[in-house]
Amino acid sequence: MIEFHLDSRSGVSPYLQLVHQVRHALRLGLLREGDQLPTVKDVVARLAINPNTVLKAYRELEHAGLVAARPGVGTFVTGSSLADPALAAHGPLRRELRGWMVKARRAGLDEESIEALFRDAVRSARIEGVA
Amino acid sequence: MTVALAARGLGKRYGRRWALSGCTLEVPAGHVAGLVGPNGAGKTTLLQLAVGLIEPSAGSIAVLGEEVAATPAQLARVGFVAQDTPLYASLSVADHLRLGAALNPRWDAALAQARCARIGLDRAQRAGTLSGGQRAQLALTLAIAKRPELLVLDEPVASLDPLARREFLQALMEFTAEHTVSVLLSSHLVADLERVCDHLILLAEGHVQLSGEVDELLASHRRLSGPRRDSARLPSSQQVVEETHTDRQSTLLIRTKEPVIDPAWTVEEVSLEDIVLAYMGRPAGDPELVKVGQ
Repeated sequence: MIEFHLDSRSGVSPYLQLVHQVRHALRLGLLREGDQLPTVKDVVARLAINPNTVLKAYRELEHAGLVAARPGVGTFVTGSSLADPALAAHGPLRRELRGWMVKARRAGLDEESIEALFRDAVRSARIEGVA
Repeated sequence: MTVALAARGLGKRYGRRWALSGCTLEVPAGHVAGLVGPNGAGKTTLLQLAVGLIEPSAGSIAVLGEEVAATPAQLARVGFVAQDTPLYASLSVADHLRLGAALNPRWDAALAQARCARIGLDRAQRAGTLSGGQRAQLALTLAIAKRPELLVLDEPVASLDPLARREFLQALMEFTAEHTVSVLLSSHLVADLERVCDHLILLAEGHVQLSGEVDELLASHRRLSGPRRDSARLPSSQQVVEETHTDRQSTLLIRTKEPVIDPAWTVEEVSLEDIVLAYMGRPAGDPELVKVGQ
């Protein structure tokens, strides 16, 4: 079972934060097929959050085929569609990124510059994808 | 029932001063709507109009599909927790519950008992000796045990410490999760509302400045910063809500439905609080920008 948390300063809507946290847990293998998500009532009670927000997040996950609701029982993780291929790719990618970090450090970049560069690259890639 | 609250050209005047004017808005049923705005914006006036405590000087207001009227039938459908959660100081907790049972046709005694037990309220204790948090919880218990279809709360957490505030909002959200109910609550603290509300109404100087679903508000606003640029040269899909310029840099808060692809801008997501503050600073009720999600 995973536990949700909310960051109220992020500018990301609460329902998307819940969606991201489930996707993240799936990617890291923290959630596996058959695992149950906390009930709407549990999440509401824990986070003092609007029940519609939780329902919306669960609906979106269901729509993406990641979870399935069993009426009267709860919401369960269906497939490991995110986990397996993604997890396998993690190791090599992480190693490449580490290597790149070493290069960046050698070039004299501090952590802030590295993060800025990384964010900028992610954004440029996204823009190229859109255009 | 699809509309919890609908106001059209609603206004309230005290002497020469309009506490609220030209207020037109709709709150869909089944939502938790937050009413925000600075002190004196007209929040309490709007809530009191919604529950029939005062009458409009102009326009009309309807709750749950019926024109507001202080009839027993309608009063039974609407629950109200006034500012500072007033109770009878010399009456005990048990007395309050007895009063609730005697005065409300749909009183849910089991719900009231269960909530008192859960909060740990001593039934013999007088309301005047309860802590602020307990007092607020008792007022909430009375309002929800009457099983309203619309629950209206005026600044319910303003005077509570952070823990009591969280506990109060938890109790409120649990109630909305278990029962079909619409909620309208006011606060001048946006951070309190961000989690619990899925709909937001911003009042300033007696006017509605902004009204829409919280998710949509967050998804449609971005902060752009980059080299100085005239905001008139933005694409027509981007509406400027707030702008500041230095001689080299421009920072804009914009509303847009499309992704910003101009590489000169650094694009950031904006918190609800930033959005609210940006709209508060705008001239009263700019009609083009009031409604989100159309």
